[in-house]
Amino acid sequence: MNIIRKASSTILRPQFNFQKVILFPGDGIGPEISKAVIDIFDAAKVPIDWEFHEIHKKRVTEQGDLITEETLKQVKALKYALKGPFETPIGKGYRSINVTLRKRLQLFANVRPCKSIKGVKTPYPGVDVVTIRENTEGEYSGLEHEVVPGVVENLKIVSYNACQNIAQYAFEYARANNRKQVVACHKAGVMKQGDGLFLKVCDDVAKNYPEIQFNEEQIDTMAFKLANDPTKIDVMVMPNLYGDIVSDLCAGLIGGLGLTASGNIGKDCEVYEAVHGTAPDIAGKNLANPTALLLSGIMMLKAMKLNDQAQRIENATYSVLEEAKYLTGDLGGKSTTTDYTKAIIDKL
Amino acid sequence: MKNCVRQAFRSNSTLRGAWSQNYLQRPGEGQLKNVTVLPGDGIGPEITRSVMQVFDALHVPIKFDVLDNFNFDNDEQRSLLKKNECILLGVMTEKNQKYTDNYRFYKYLDLYANITFAFSVEGIKQRHNNTDIVVIRENTEGEYSGVEHEVYPGVVESIKVTTKQASLRIAEYAFEFAHLSGRKKVTAVHKANIMKLVDGLFLSAHREVAQKYPFIKYEEMIIDNCCMQLVKNPTQFDVMVMPNLYGSIVQNVVAGITGGVGMAAGASIGRDHALFSQGCRHTGRDIAGKNIVNPSALLVSSSLLLRHLGLPNFADQICSAVQETIQDRKLKTKDIGGKASTEQFTKEVIKCLGK
Repeated sequence: MNIIRKASSTILRPQFNFQKVILFPGDGIGPEISKAVIDIFDAAKVPIDWEFHEIHKKRVTEQGDLITEETLKQVKALKYALKGPFETPIGKGYRSINVTLRKRLQLFANVRPCKSIKGVKTPYPGVDVVTIRENTEGEYSGLEHEVVPGVVENLKIVSYNACQNIAQYAFEYARANNRKQVVACHKAGVMKQGDGLFLKVCDDVAKNYPEIQFNEEQIDTMAFKLANDPTKIDVMVMPNLYGDIVSDLCAGLIGGLGLTASGNIGKDCEVYEAVHGTAPDIAGKNLANPTALLLSGIMMLKAMKLNDQAQRIENATYSVLEEAKYLTGDLGGKSTTTDYTKAIIDKL
Repeated sequence: MKNCVRQAFRSNSTLRGAWSQNYLQRPGEGQLKNVTVLPGDGIGPEITRSVMQVFDALHVPIKFDVLDNFNFDNDEQRSLLKKNECILLGVMTEKNQKYTDNYRFYKYLDLYANITFAFSVEGIKQRHNNTDIVVIRENTEGEYSGVEHEVYPGVVESIKVTTKQASLRIAEYAFEFAHLSGRKKVTAVHKANIMKLVDGLFLSAHREVAQKYPFIKYEEMIIDNCCMQLVKNPTQFDVMVMPNLYGSIVQNVVAGITGGVGMAAGASIGRDHALFSQGCRHTGRDIAGKNIVNPSALLVSSSLLLRHLGLPNFADQICSAVQETIQDRKLKTKDIGGKASTEQFTKEVIKCLGK
């Protein structure tokens, strides 16, 4: 029996090297939407073996992390992870899960593509922007102190290395995805040295990519353009805080966090995630919308060079959304998670 | 009146009874008042000229002290700024700088509350309707402290400073404004989940002041969620108050969701001075001198100036005239979907005055 199984496993699947990928299902609606993604990927015959990992409710390291060392090591070893929404317990002593992953795995770039989805009506049709955000330093360095009572300082750190990494990534991304333009967003008029350094590095890196148009724009003018006419904007690269704001703004343009994919990229590994909340009020009721996690999973497949499967799943998903026959409650429909999932599987 | 500026746009101009067109002045209030005018650069001179022409047509009792070629670094010129209480500003830039924000200018006059009015204007194609937002931005500290240094080669530190004093006074201004304008809600925008101390201090000041205004609803919102909500559902917002950098971003977002930078009026208020300008600090270098800039933002802002000086009737007339030009005469400048030049637009506004 064993010999047959062994023989069949080598004969039946000689070219399907199933790749192991870490999955953090998450809290609240996390498990349901993760199952939806697994089912869809299975139906599309994606050669992935999911390795489930949990995030703990009690802190497991001195820094207040909720993820074990073994898990972090494993993410680095397997290279790719997909993550559902998490609740960070409130209170002192806990480091936010996103901060842990980012710092421990050195995920220096956050990529959020936002494309208008046919079938999801928003006041902003025709959006196709990508926000590339520096993910490790800037205003989020966590360095604050009270100088004298009533006066507080926050230090924004800008380093040449981090700017180099993010600028390089942005242009590589643009080149790999056939994007025409990269805009660096900054506030160098006010933060002449800090954002000035960022701009200079972007400028230098741009010279190596002559086929890509490089522009710079102040963050407030960029915010105006995004709110006014986002159809003319392509790829944007920016420091941490502006990236946080702009990526959520862009999510709002296409219909919200429930439809937005997101990827955190490091030199050793990549973590793709759903950026919406855990929605505890609908958890376990088969009502959740798995689109955000699904689109993030598709982003991951493309990064893993499984482009065929990625395209098929993407086409099926957009087709179901456009038809608008099976939409979950948050998009104005009445379908359950399983109905929506089945509709996508049927389209594969 | 919920928003006297917006209301004036579709005012009951036929009801002369109790409207602010009848304003019982103290004897002598109609005397000439001096207002400093700083045309500045870029589109500044064109829009200030437009305002002065409209004021002229209305015989407004204001004498303009125009400061052309203003150079902030010149001590003598700088001290002239403090001469009058009210200043009308076109566009101020720093000489030889590609990007400027003039925070030194605002700090010098201690104009600590920077306000932008953004509301849906009928007659202009907008993505959202029924928006009526006032953004109040702390204008003197925060990320704009200008304190930076290179720690060692390749690593720069920029320091964001927040003080309790500045946070308290901007909170006071915001709630006082909401109270006196009949507004229902104040939203404090922050990032205190990450910047726990600086934005935490900002929030605690607001919570303190909110308690003195129990009839005004107070809520807090994180800046990234706030921007998302603004483009998805802006009608939920009323008055918004925030630190300097977020203010700069949100001012532009609200302008983007309503009539654009050509329509958003603004002011910067301090204890001793009041400055009236466009709501967003865009220099408009690319359209300067081409006679295509939209003077509406500064015209509406000048109506705020008139109200500030106790001249509400003229304020109403200007707002009504701008509304009529855009909505009824359908004469619009390029930024709001038309073809009229600045001069044509201004002439039409003048024709609509007094109706």
